[in-house]
Amino acid sequence: MSAVIEASGLVKRAGRATLLDGVSVTVAAGEMVAIIGPNGAGKSTLLRLLSGDLRPSEGEVRLKQRGIGSYTPRELAARRAMLSQHVNVTFPFTVEEIVLMGAGERGPREAGRLVDAALDEVGLSHFRERQLPTLSGGEQQRAHFARVLVQLACGEAEHGPGLLLLDEPTSSLDLRHQIDLVEAARRRASSGTAVIAILHDLNLAIRFADRLVVLNGGRLAADGPRAEVITRETIRDIFEIDAVVHQADGVPYVLPQSMRAASTGI
Amino acid sequence: MSVAVGTEARSPRRAGAGRRFSSVAIPLLLAILAVTTIIALTVGAAGIPLSRLPAALGFADNTPSDAMTARDQLVLWSIRIPRIAATAMVGGLLAATGAIMQGLFRNPLADPALVGVSSGGALAAVSAIVFTDSALGDSLRFLQTELLPLAAFAGSLATTVILYSISSRSGRTSITIFLLAGIAFTAIANAGIGLLIFIADDRQLRDITFWMLGSMSGASWAKDAVLAPVLLVGLAACAFIARGLDLLVLGEADAFHGGVDVERLKRISIVLVAAMTGVAVSVCGVIGFVGIVVPHLLRLLIGPAHRLLLPASVLLGAILMVGADTLARTIVAPAEMPIGILTAAIGAPFFLGILLRQRGLASL
Repeated sequence: MSAVIEASGLVKRAGRATLLDGVSVTVAAGEMVAIIGPNGAGKSTLLRLLSGDLRPSEGEVRLKQRGIGSYTPRELAARRAMLSQHVNVTFPFTVEEIVLMGAGERGPREAGRLVDAALDEVGLSHFRERQLPTLSGGEQQRAHFARVLVQLACGEAEHGPGLLLLDEPTSSLDLRHQIDLVEAARRRASSGTAVIAILHDLNLAIRFADRLVVLNGGRLAADGPRAEVITRETIRDIFEIDAVVHQADGVPYVLPQSMRAASTGI
Repeated sequence: MSVAVGTEARSPRRAGAGRRFSSVAIPLLLAILAVTTIIALTVGAAGIPLSRLPAALGFADNTPSDAMTARDQLVLWSIRIPRIAATAMVGGLLAATGAIMQGLFRNPLADPALVGVSSGGALAAVSAIVFTDSALGDSLRFLQTELLPLAAFAGSLATTVILYSISSRSGRTSITIFLLAGIAFTAIANAGIGLLIFIADDRQLRDITFWMLGSMSGASWAKDAVLAPVLLVGLAACAFIARGLDLLVLGEADAFHGGVDVERLKRISIVLVAAMTGVAVSVCGVIGFVGIVVPHLLRLLIGPAHRLLLPASVLLGAILMVGADTLARTIVAPAEMPIGILTAAIGAPFFLGILLRQRGLASL
């Protein structure tokens, strides 16, 4: 599989602080990678560097064999789509108008078809004419996910498999929609998209990602298949909690110790 | 669960009601502007009834060359038409500037007059009046027609750039800092204007006062010739930045992710805001609230998408200003009320209304 994105030796400094220190990651087409790590580990910084939004202090990011800085914003948008953690819309755009923003300059018929499909996929078809600011946080997040899916579909129609970046996409979603969203991302990966997501829920990350990238203190702490990365030792070292790692259907399952104590103690 | 979802789906707060005007907005606004203009042409200190209007405009074939027609023609062509044209263009510029600023700052309360951009332009314009008058001498005073807009543009540009850099940090704009900085800027500019008035001589003082009243009575063909190209360039640029401003509501980072060259969009918008505010201010002083009221009304009627909002703002701004100016020169005839008083009287309560509505939303 060819690499969609290759980051080598990424260092990002802000003032005196080093947010990211020598991180290298390569993600191939069709791969689904979850970035995990405690707060302040540099996860969002890494994602913003991979999106081309931030420039690294040192190191290089190559998207589809080209330096990411050499793309214009429009060219970049046709090759990678990104869902941010918090998007706050002030003006009364409808859900449909927001999702349509992902379609760029496309004709109304093709754009309309893509918007319909995306709204259907996130389960917001019945809210298409609602004003976005009147929706709940989770519904807004799903609307933005639909917009990002439309952008990805538009770009992939022209330039082949692209890159989908998700920054804590499930933070305001209920359990069912968390799974819906991750499954939608999974479907993109099986059709060739390289997917990189920051996920806080370890078990969700383990369940859906092929590969886990663990950051800690701005450094790459681990990078590999879930079974290798998720061990009692890594969890203790990285997250500073004691946890039991079970196996369910051959997939690791993390149960933090204190929680287990609470559930069995009384 | 399913019941709750069902009821919500059946009674959603739809935006649809507003969007139904979208397709007819531009023709409808053009028609209203035409009617408003005809009314404005006929009323005034020297009334020209509708029946005499075609002859006065030179449209009637058998134009009787009597004294009445000659008077009508003089009134229309040398006073009323240039004034209506200037008023309409200033209204269009102010409203479109408000819409662009609101998009740029992602804040429906942004208005060039409210946040000191107009005052910055005014300070520069007053400086131009005072300093060029003594520097140029009598023979070159006519240069003020060209110099005032340029000075006002420079003042507005400086203010906008500083305002943006103060209130915007790493892609996020702080609305509180933005509005407070605007208040500070207005205060600084007003202090500067006060100082200039203090050192001005009598003739300069008359020029300044005349200009600062915010009246359209000083309109002339020469001023129209300055306003028209800026408005046309502005309109053309609006088509170019519309999609970028739409995506900018997502925030700078997400607009970039969506393919917008955010830095270029900001530069173009800032220069546009400054140029459009600058020429408007140079013609008639500081006129507030048009830039808030017009885009806000239009967002309710046709939605917030800038491709339609910007040209529609130009038209509705023109309609409101021509209407207000017609009112201003008739309600206390033969005297004339400064138009700035009228727009503030209508606009300020409107502004408070938006604030209260936002407070209602915030407390939800």
